[in-house]
Parts: sequence; C-alpha cells; structure tokens
Amino acid sequence: MDAAISVRGLEKVYESGAAAARALDGVDLDVARGKVTLLVGPSGSGKTTLVSIMGCILRPTAGSVRVMGREVAGLGESELPRVRLEHIGFVFQGFNLFPTLSAEENVALALDLKGIRGSAARRRSRDLLEQVGLSDKLRSFPADLSGGQKQRVAIARALAGDPEIILADEPTASLDSHTGRAVLDMMRSLAHDRGRAVVIVTHDSRALEYADRLVRIEDGKIKEQTQ
Amino acid sequence: MASLALRNLLHDKVRLAVTLVGIVFALVLIVVQLGLFLGFTTVTSAVIDHSGADLWVTAVGMQNLDVGVPFHERKLYQVRADSAVARSEKYIVQFATWKRPDGLQESVEVVGFEPRDGMGGPWNLIEGDLAVLLEPDTVIIDEFYKSKLGVRALGEVVEINGRRARVAGFTRGIRSFTTSPHAFTSFKNALTYTGLAEDQTVFVLVKAAPGADVVALQQRLRDSVADVDVFTTAEFSKKTQDYWLYTTGAGVTVLIAAAMGLIVGLVVVAQTIYATTMDHIREFGTLKAMGASNGYIYRVILEQAGISAVLGYLMAMAISIPVVRASQNGSALILLPPELAASIFVLAVVMCTTASVVSIRKVTSIDPAMVFKG
Repeated sequence: MDAAISVRGLEKVYESGAAAARALDGVDLDVARGKVTLLVGPSGSGKTTLVSIMGCILRPTAGSVRVMGREVAGLGESELPRVRLEHIGFVFQGFNLFPTLSAEENVALALDLKGIRGSAARRRSRDLLEQVGLSDKLRSFPADLSGGQKQRVAIARALAGDPEIILADEPTASLDSHTGRAVLDMMRSLAHDRGRAVVIVTHDSRALEYADRLVRIEDGKIKEQTQ
Repeated sequence: MASLALRNLLHDKVRLAVTLVGIVFALVLIVVQLGLFLGFTTVTSAVIDHSGADLWVTAVGMQNLDVGVPFHERKLYQVRADSAVARSEKYIVQFATWKRPDGLQESVEVVGFEPRDGMGGPWNLIEGDLAVLLEPDTVIIDEFYKSKLGVRALGEVVEINGRRARVAGFTRGIRSFTTSPHAFTSFKNALTYTGLAEDQTVFVLVKAAPGADVVALQQRLRDSVADVDVFTTAEFSKKTQDYWLYTTGAGVTVLIAAAMGLIVGLVVVAQTIYATTMDHIREFGTLKAMGASNGYIYRVILEQAGISAVLGYLMAMAISIPVVRASQNGSALILLPPELAASIFVLAVVMCTTASVVSIRKVTSIDPAMVFKG
C-alpha cells in the first residue's frame, strides 16, 4: 500500500460544556501518492475536521492516523508541528499570505522554518515562483497581486519544504472560473507529474473532473468513495 | 530578507509611532528621575567626597554634613596623638545669612577649612586660588550662584552674618543640595562668620599616614576620643546622602516617579505590542499550521519587542542628553553617567520583553485550525 496518509476508525467529538457534537464517526481513508483526492460534502459534514486531523492540526478523539507510515494520533502538541513541517504543505481558501512580506519572502519564510536561509532560500523561492509562473512578481506584495496570483504564491509556499502531501482547503473558492481551473491544473500536475499526495476539500463542482478519487462525506461518515 | 518582526512593526506606522512614544515617554521620565536622584545623591555629599580626608570626627549622633553640633577643639589634639594620623584639621560647615551688595539677603553654607592644608576645601577653582583665603574676610563661591548671591566679579564685597566678606575666587560645578550655596573660607574666617567660640570645631578631618590601616585607625580613635563619632569618608558620605534622600522624602519621591514611568511605559508598550500581535494573529496561526514551533513564534514577538526597545532607547537618549546638558545650568542637576545610560538600555529591553508576555500567552493559545476558517 502506497498511502501517504492512512486513517482508521477516526472519531472526533467537540465538547462544549454538557453538549457534545460528533464531527467524525468511524472514518477509514487512505490518501495515495501521485493522486488527487477530492473531499466533498455539505457544510458541517466534517470535511475540514478530517483534513485538519490528516494535517496534524487537530488531534482525533479516537482512531489511528498514519502520516508517511508514522502513527501521529498519539503525538503531543510539541511534536505535531515537526510532522507538519516535514511532510505537509497547506493551501488555504483565504491564501493566508503574510501581507508585510513580498511574494519571494512569503515563500522564503516557509524555508526559514526548515532552517534554509540566505542565498539558498532566495534561489529556491525564485525557482518555486517560476514554477507557478510568477517569476515577474517576486517583489510584489500580496496586496498588489490578483486572487489567482496569491493562490499560486500560496502553492509555491506549500511546496517550499518539499512535502509529500499537499492539503488544500477550498483553494478555488475565492477565484474566478478561469483562475480556479489554472490552480486545479497546477494541483493535478503536482500529483501526477511530481508524485505528491494531493487532498482538496471543495464545494466547487468544477473540481470534480480533476479528481482521481472522490470521497463524499456526510454527517461525519464517508458515504461514497469513487475512483 | 528583512525579519518578519521588523516588517510587522513597520507595516502599521501609526501603531509603531504610538509604541515608540510610549517607550520614549517612559524612558525619558525614568532617565530624568534617576538622573535627578543621582544628581541629588552626588550633590548632597560632594563636599565630603572631595574632602581628601580619610576620616571624619563628629559630635555624637550627627546624621549629616549640613546640620553639625560643635565640640571642643581638644578632641583635635587627642586625634593627633595617634601615630597613624598624618594630618588632622578643624572644619566647620554652618548655615549663615549672606547679604548681597544690593541689600537682598540669601542663605549660604559657610565651609571653613585650613587653606594651608587644603583638606575639605573647594575644587575646580577657575578664578583666584586657595592662598587668598589666608587673608581676612575672603570667600570663594561657585560661579553658578553669582546671580543668586548678587556677585558679578572678584573683589566684590558682601556681608555674612553682618561681617564683611570679599569674594576672592570662583569654582565651577560645586552645587548645593539645599537652597544655600557653599561659601568656602578659612577656618579662622568661618569662626568669625558663624560666631563659634575659638576653641570649638564642628568636625575634625583626618588624613591617615601612608600605608596606615584606616579602619584600624577609625576604631582606635573611637576608643581613645570620648563623646565623638568617627566615620570613614565613604560612611559619612553615605550617611549624609541617606539622610537627605530618605528622611526628607526627596529621594523616595524621585524613585516613585521613576517607578511610575516604568509602570506607565510597561502598560503602554504591552498594550501596543498586544494590539500589533492581534493584528497579525491569523498570520501567527498560519505560521503554526505551517509547522513553526512555539519557540519560533516567541522569537518573532520578542524580536518585535527588542526592535521597539532599541528604537525607543535611541530616541529617548536623543531627548534626554540635551535635557541633561541643560540641567548643568539649571537649579536641579541631572546626571547621566555611562553606567546609568547602559542600565536604561537594559531596562528598555526588559520592559519591552515583559510587555510581550501577554502577547506570547495569547499566541500560545491560538488554535492553528483557525486557518481553515475562510
């Protein structure tokens, strides 16, 4: 089995005082390398909770989570950032770029977290921005970029640490149709040409044609998985 | 790449300005108050510290230089009987009334010493010389008090306690803690001005023989000379400083004002650094999601605090140094020695770092899952 992420019997319960809400209920899922996995489902179905747990941002209430073969469900708060840093790149709906840093510096910041600094970081940042077609926007700040350009910077940043896994949360939600397709093309290329395991959480029906695998979630359970 | 901390600070220039104003206000207040405290401290004991004596013999129970109790001069001879005493002289410090040439009256502190010996005499003489004080009715004052004492030039004649006095010299930088300037004169003249009996003195200044153990000599004099206290110069200096600074409340007031500056600065800086952190809270959440450790994020916040401290310190010094210089010609002396300037820098860093604690606590509690909330 070539799964980058493997979850078994995953449960997540949010407790608030006496009330408890079950966000995930017995989820089993394997995320393969070199494939685009699409997570779809209505709002509140548990998609974001699932991707947060797979991204080692949230800890499950019960169940197993293996990331690149390592069990991470029982890791402490101090160990999870290291797993994220080494294996996972995130792309967010709201881009989450640092407004005070240029495009090149946004990418370099991700490298800084891995201890890559100076000219090596500059070289790698420029390479990555070139790969996403932004070699002419190195010095531009997020405020001066279009939505599509921002998302491409975010993708370059997600790739900075050379992670095996890319988790994207509604990456096309803030983009127009043309730009959204360009971003999805890029995601597919990351999976097919570069062997990354790409997980996309989306409501965007345009994304369906890019999926190698479609996972439909409802009420915290996987209702349907199709290739 | 410029640091994230620096970029965050420079991003909102108005907020940075507010932060810096808070730091500068606090630091200038602290510099001025501590500088005043140091100035007070130095001035209260300057005559003692510059006396050149090793020991001070005083009446029992004396608490400071300025309010002395006379005793019989036979104590001087008892002091001189000790073979470890190289020199010893009588010494007077007494308040008196100075009548200006224009008839207005001021209070002065007559300091009577032995001009041939020089112990306890004036320093930084810029006009005249000590030998002039061997002549009758001559005094030396500081140039700073010329206007207060109604004197424009050497040779002008005034009255001290109704007795004639001729200004025979000027010093520079001998300030008085009280409102009464020092009027240095010979011990003989001082007896006349203060009305003290010829066989009385207020202090005996002692210079130990070269190589003599001053503390041992102090103990022997305590044992051999009855009804006196014997202090080393450092002890008497400290005693005088403590008396004026703490028993009068002047020192406490200054220290409280300095503490208030620190508290105000701390609150202002904490508030603005917290506001800056909250402005960038989503970015800190993104950093956490990207795998940044808490330590990495702390460093960003502490770097923001450090940069604020350095900028605030430099601006505070740019304001404080001219204020300190101006105080040299004013009634309240403010001192800013290099040690104090260095301490203020450390204080600025500590203040800004402490102010960051609230922000650090906030960032620690960020849920990185916030990054998924559109």
